Amino acid sequence: MNGYQQKNQHLWWRAGFGPPADKVPELPKVKPEHLFHDLLKASEKKPVFFDVADQRVNEMMMSFQSPDAAKMRALNPEEKLMIRKKSVQDIYKLNIRWLQEMTESPAQLREKMSLFWHGHFAAKTVNILYDQALLNVIREHALGSFRDLLLSVSKSASMIRFLNNNQNKKGHPNENFARELMELFTIGRGQYTETDVKESARAFTGWNTDIRGAFDLHVRQHDDGVKTFLGKTGNFSGEEILAILLDQRQTAVFITRKIYRFFVNDIVDEEIVNLLANRFFESNYDIKDLLVGLFTAASFYDPKNIGTQIKSPVLWMVGIRRQLPMELENPGVQLILERLLGQVLFSPPNVAGWPGGKHWIDSSSLMLRMQLPRIIDQSDSILTRPKDDDDQMMGMRDPEFPRNLKKLKSPALTMFRAKISWDLYLQNFSNTPDADLYAVIRDMLLQKVGPLNENTLTRYIDESSREVRIRSITIRLMGTPEYQLC
Amino acid sequence: MLIHRRKFLQLGTLATGSSLLPKFLKAFERSHGGMSGNKVLVVLQLSGGNDGLNTVIPVRNDIYYRERPGISIAKDKALSLQADGGLHPALTHLKTLYDEGNLAILQNVGYPNPDRSHFRSMDIWQSASNSNEYLNSGWLGRYLDAQCVNCSRPTQVLEMDDMLSLALSGNQMKGLALRDPKRLYETSRDPFFRDLLEAGSHVETGDPDSYLYKVMAETLSSADYIFEQSKQHLGTTIYPDTEIGKNFKTIASLIASEINTRVYYVSLGSFDTHAGQQAKQEKLFSELNDALRPFTDDLKSSHRFEDTLIMSFSEFGRRVGENGSGGTDHGTANNMFLISGGLKNKGMLNEMPDLSRLDDGDLEMQLDFKRVYATVLNKWLQADDQLILGKQFDYLNFI
Repeated sequence: MNGYQQKNQHLWWRAGFGPPADKVPELPKVKPEHLFHDLLKASEKKPVFFDVADQRVNEMMMSFQSPDAAKMRALNPEEKLMIRKKSVQDIYKLNIRWLQEMTESPAQLREKMSLFWHGHFAAKTVNILYDQALLNVIREHALGSFRDLLLSVSKSASMIRFLNNNQNKKGHPNENFARELMELFTIGRGQYTETDVKESARAFTGWNTDIRGAFDLHVRQHDDGVKTFLGKTGNFSGEEILAILLDQRQTAVFITRKIYRFFVNDIVDEEIVNLLANRFFESNYDIKDLLVGLFTAASFYDPKNIGTQIKSPVLWMVGIRRQLPMELENPGVQLILERLLGQVLFSPPNVAGWPGGKHWIDSSSLMLRMQLPRIIDQSDSILTRPKDDDDQMMGMRDPEFPRNLKKLKSPALTMFRAKISWDLYLQNFSNTPDADLYAVIRDMLLQKVGPLNENTLTRYIDESSREVRIRSITIRLMGTPEYQLC
Repeated sequence: MLIHRRKFLQLGTLATGSSLLPKFLKAFERSHGGMSGNKVLVVLQLSGGNDGLNTVIPVRNDIYYRERPGISIAKDKALSLQADGGLHPALTHLKTLYDEGNLAILQNVGYPNPDRSHFRSMDIWQSASNSNEYLNSGWLGRYLDAQCVNCSRPTQVLEMDDMLSLALSGNQMKGLALRDPKRLYETSRDPFFRDLLEAGSHVETGDPDSYLYKVMAETLSSADYIFEQSKQHLGTTIYPDTEIGKNFKTIASLIASEINTRVYYVSLGSFDTHAGQQAKQEKLFSELNDALRPFTDDLKSSHRFEDTLIMSFSEFGRRVGENGSGGTDHGTANNMFLISGGLKNKGMLNEMPDLSRLDDGDLEMQLDFKRVYATVLNKWLQADDQLILGKQFDYLNFI
């Protein structure tokens, strides 16, 4: 392989969503540290917030301009039902909007890191305003301070509702948030006692939001008594509990290890994680600084870390769209794929997020992944059907989505109607001699070649013209087990 | 210009034929011969939270009729079971099975600290976890892990669906999902897959790439095996043309064959009846009832009914009081059906729910579902239930 190509592709896949078609010519030439610098720079700007909420929902919420008005008023059942119905649709829109951002945004590192936090702070409320606000908080702080991120997420309407802090009241504590805060968000299992859970739950009593989603401490429900938490005693507030958790070096270790597994390797190198965790802790939880340490370490490019990660369904899908630029005529088809492949954004399996790695692959998902490039290329239909999602359906009919596939005679919904910009893609090979085409395309698409060889593919490659040959090599390579890895 | 897929397919079929097939089958057939006589479990998942109180109706309970003025089922409409219980009128075949002594009913089944989210509660049932722990594997997947050490295909547990549920996903092994043996077979016949596999049969290293090839090999091998088995016993019994009907037909054909499958997993739904419950539940129950009749008939005629246990569950029951939309909202404890020609104890195995002692409008759980799993794993599947469930649960006596 040429020069830095494999290393740069590695960086694109891990720090972003795969190398884009228009950067292919640069891949062999740019030094990886320069490419990382560029990626970092491209993610510096504050992200553009998403706003896909239905106008009626927005207007209704905006009518509570002052915090007091928002506090005074509870939603009536009709309003609640309306928000719910609209939210199911709007969350689909938000999902598609984010996938588009992952595909097109130059802020690849920010969006990739946001995807990590989206799984780390897994929450779902089926309220578009709350779920959208949480995503925007995550995207805003994705590369900032973990301190700010943790506090903002903890105070978001989405998290407060998802983990029942709104039902956590003085004298009647609900421990759900306090427990997950420690087990999943900060120090991890085995680092705290049941007493720590109970005591910290008291500190979060009264945490609530108004109906617009703005944080609102219900003072009369707050237990301001003395608590003993992780060996410290005081009249702790929720904010102080978060600060005590951040004082624990173990929080830096726990987060760093998870980030390492997400970006580098499922099999953890504890020595490297420890070094990085020290850096993270000493920087007072500067996420960007941690990523600089992680991506500029020579170990990141160790062969054992290249081509050994199973792409998540979202990374796999977005990666195809980046390598093979295409216009989706029915972007909703991506939601069907998310379901079939086991990663629906805004609908994590539980508060622990997606387990990842080998969990992405079973016989059904692997077969579908291997068929899909051909389905896209030929605008075919996906023949498999996702399961219903009762949490999102709420027992209602969903006008646009899979429940009705059972009855659907025409494959219109599941048809992958995409216009691939082959011209743009083909330009990358204008100087490639015919004899090298296979190897060049292979090295561009696969980070690990494995047992695959050209002879296996020969009889599936259409030789009728140079263009057609490039296309068929590409589509076939994307349908191999090796393409599932990065 | 399009790539000519048809051309590839034809070429492929000519070139590979069935040359790969024997390699997979031979080693396998020797070690796993005929399985007849072995017990089979069919798990029937009623997705969406089936309303247990309108399934096994407390026909003599005034509280039930008081709490459900709009959607209760009258005593003379319910299919009478014994003193104080009646079945939903659509479940006529279950009534027949009950009269024959082939149906047992467990009431008040659930778990401590119930969760009202469909997904979470379903996760708890499928992974057999406590409500405050998160497992990435399912109870039947862990059963597979224990059963399928060094085996070449994970056909011991099969799900009738396009997607595999958590229940069948183990730590080492994963079960297989299929809607139709023929379609799975056709997909797997794709010569491209076969050629990749042939080129890629290499030593298992535990690395992700070898894992992917292993899953592919298991899938293609299983697809051949399942299809070969299923077509040998395509019975003549007529099943309704519904999803559940087709699934039961497939399962019946496989149970009649020599396949080594011990567990089948099939779902019906959605039972999430927040509004207009009566019509929805009746429709689903009719579908179930009409599919179950030919299925148990088939099992009887192939003399497998004594060896087959059908077990139903739902992620939660529903609240005792009806809501304002002619439906019910998410609740807690629920009932389970156990159907088999080999039951030791039959009929109502425990008490009807106590509607005078509710927990904030919900039924109180009396029986942890993990005890039912432990019983089935230990007594029916002869598996190490303690290993699979991570804890020793007391067994029940229905089998």
